[in-house]
Amino acid sequence: MISLSVNGEARDLEVDPATPLLWVLRDTLGLTGTKFSCGIAVCGACTVHVDGAPVRACVTPLSAVAGKSITTIEGLSKDSSHPVQRAWMALDVPQCGYCQSGQIMTAVALLAKNPKPTDADIDQAMSGVLCRCGTYSRIRRAIKQAVELQAKGGVA
Amino acid sequence: MNDLTLPESIDQERRRFLKVSAVAGGGLLIGFHLPLANRAGAAEAAGKDFAPNAWIRIDANDTVTLRVASSEMGQGVYTAIPMLLAEELECDWARIKVEMAPADKAYTNPLIGQQLTGGSTAVRAFWTPLRQAGATGRNLLIRAAAQTWKVKEDECRAENGAVLHKPSQRKARYGELAAKAATLPVPTEVFLKEPGKFKLIGKSTPRLDTPLKVNGSAVFGMDVKLPGLLTAVVARCPVFGGKPKKFDATKAKSVPGVRQVLSIHSGIAVVADSFWAAKLGRDALVVEWDEGATAKLDSAAIRQQLEQALKKKGVNARNNGDAAKALKAATKRIEAVYEAPYLAHACMEPMNCTVVVKKDSCELWVPTQNQTGTQFVATQITGLPPEKVKVNTTFLGGGFGRRSEQDFVAEAVQLAMATGAPVKLMWTREDDMHHDYYRPATLNRLSAALDKDGMPLAWRHDIAGGSIFSRVFPASIKNGIDNTSVEGAANLPYAIPNLQVTWVMENGVVPLGFWRSVGSSQNAYITECFLDEVAAAAGKDPYEYRRALLAKHPRHLGVLELAAQKAGWGTPLPAGRTRGIAVAEAFGSYCAQVAEVSVERGQVRVLRVVCAIDCGMVVNPDTVVAQMESGIVYGLTAALKGEITIKNGRVEQGNFNDYPLLRLDEMPDIEVHIVKSSEHPGGVGEPGTPPIAPAVANAVFAATGKPVRKLPIRV
Repeated sequence: MISLSVNGEARDLEVDPATPLLWVLRDTLGLTGTKFSCGIAVCGACTVHVDGAPVRACVTPLSAVAGKSITTIEGLSKDSSHPVQRAWMALDVPQCGYCQSGQIMTAVALLAKNPKPTDADIDQAMSGVLCRCGTYSRIRRAIKQAVELQAKGGVA
Repeated sequence: MNDLTLPESIDQERRRFLKVSAVAGGGLLIGFHLPLANRAGAAEAAGKDFAPNAWIRIDANDTVTLRVASSEMGQGVYTAIPMLLAEELECDWARIKVEMAPADKAYTNPLIGQQLTGGSTAVRAFWTPLRQAGATGRNLLIRAAAQTWKVKEDECRAENGAVLHKPSQRKARYGELAAKAATLPVPTEVFLKEPGKFKLIGKSTPRLDTPLKVNGSAVFGMDVKLPGLLTAVVARCPVFGGKPKKFDATKAKSVPGVRQVLSIHSGIAVVADSFWAAKLGRDALVVEWDEGATAKLDSAAIRQQLEQALKKKGVNARNNGDAAKALKAATKRIEAVYEAPYLAHACMEPMNCTVVVKKDSCELWVPTQNQTGTQFVATQITGLPPEKVKVNTTFLGGGFGRRSEQDFVAEAVQLAMATGAPVKLMWTREDDMHHDYYRPATLNRLSAALDKDGMPLAWRHDIAGGSIFSRVFPASIKNGIDNTSVEGAANLPYAIPNLQVTWVMENGVVPLGFWRSVGSSQNAYITECFLDEVAAAAGKDPYEYRRALLAKHPRHLGVLELAAQKAGWGTPLPAGRTRGIAVAEAFGSYCAQVAEVSVERGQVRVLRVVCAIDCGMVVNPDTVVAQMESGIVYGLTAALKGEITIKNGRVEQGNFNDYPLLRLDEMPDIEVHIVKSSEHPGGVGEPGTPPIAPAVANAVFAATGKPVRKLPIRV
């Protein structure tokens, strides 16, 4: 049995410890907001936070996160009030939306570590998360807007 | 899809079929039938089935529910389509609910003849009927209020979900009027607003799906949950046309969670309790493949095949004047060979489909662009009639044409039947890239002749490549021409007296499909780059050259001039930067782009793109901007990186590591300028794609002096 915390809730899981975290989240816990796309950690659609750091869930075995605290898109806020979510809505960033959980989780992790990122910081943090619809311009703008919201004390 | 235009008589026809009926619960239900357009694609469905094809429901609690019959794959129909309705209905936008329509002939897209989202048609097809439905609803609600209050209808007006009677200061909400309105006869005539009076159409409106897409609650096909749901993956022969010779499932079945290993038409399926178990089961499966005749095929052989094809006499897709004669007589001639590779769609959400088959029913949850096709395939496999096959359309994690296909649906239906359980069929990224329907590779020979002033006297473009319609819709091939192969080439807008475009159909074993903007995705590149070669040979500026040749095409000219002006065409650039320009008409819209690039140490970097779009009347301007950005990025990925190659009969690329996509740090600054227009709406989802590859390639040509005759761009 592996114990961990998911979105603030303690979970004891009887799952093969080699199973990637992505499939534990999606198939065992029903948290389908975290997406499968490449399966080899090159696209970032499956990004979640492990103890606050962005991690590619598709290649992270469950055993590697035993005892740790996982946050998924569903756990970011109760009411989509996180400044990054609000900025994403204000700028209508998503198109098809499939990559956006990974984009948002990566942006949140960036801002947690670096509340005032430069353009170069944004490029570096976000360039590993692929979007086929081409929402990149809006992602850049939304991160800057989230910075402003956060500066106004916008964390829910 | 080839370009589609709206038949002139359709508005009058539609009006006749408006009808109203009462629904249980005292609501008002407006159904309307869309007569099928008299197009080739409509022939099979015939225009005689008068079932309603879209629905408005107004509940007693004032909720307006609209069924959207187009798939939301990022392009914004989930918002644009309700805007059309709400504009005329004068309902409260904040109380609108959107539902995806089921598969039914009644929901046929009148421009395509199927319930299919493609060809950038959604707004074009539903522009008039949805506004008529809204206007009919408004008309009936006003009449219901007037009768209730015993006042004149023309003293009442509808606003924000209520009818008001100013002289008596009375007001009734739509929910209060719905039951009465449902009992009234349908108006024989409804009047649509003058565009100048639009309140919603033409104003940037937040997308209704955005809140669902920032918190993980949007349900894509991959996210469907059902009690007892099993997950299946399929081992398919990597070689096109190959088949399993024999397989040993012993090890696969020993993987915990694996339930069954089954042989289906496309390969060997592993069905398990979860994706991971199914995937491990497939890894453990031992299959011996009969790779068949294609086992040695490679990209070089395919190119040779196209070279041979190009030696044949093609079918004329266009023939003005006598190009051969003019070319022969010319003193100055320019010749070039252009080629475009196979491309994969690479939707972020790999293909998938969830199905439950029972004795007398089949239900599917599927991210599809083509509900008609999905339902048809399910009826063929199950033997059930269409009314017993329910199709639930989820959100689509990208479509780009790939999700108009039914290969994954067929697999899922077979597996649900074979197991008797709910089955979610999932493809991995590698499955998706190895078994796509690829954008056709083509080989093109071009020649042009100049007159003494350097203007083109003759233009000849011979194309050899595969046909998409020969697989999906052979009846549409008229006079030997598949329009999807020549669009973007045969409609060359430039004033050239002798102009010939020919096409040789050369189908191989690589499956071909619709890829965002289809033929125009490559023909715009080929023609717009060759035009720059011609302009260079004439010693002319490529922008001024185009202007001179577009005098009779005001909409092309309009976007060309707007893009050039906003980009500062002709003004100095920082050292190391060059500009390229291109214009293309596709899907009823006109788009020009100016790209600014730098070429350093063999790397092309696109720094800025200025885009001008004329898509007629605009429904949601911010969505038009987003779709231009999107189309540009999709085309830019192809121009700079995209190439599917074949070796040993199989696709060499398998994931984003070897089929890379444009990344955020490579994203140019994109400016979009929308032409103000009163023309009928044109398409928006695809027209942004065709001009980007030639705009960038022409900028590279300007930088290096070497024309870019092959994609992806390599310097």
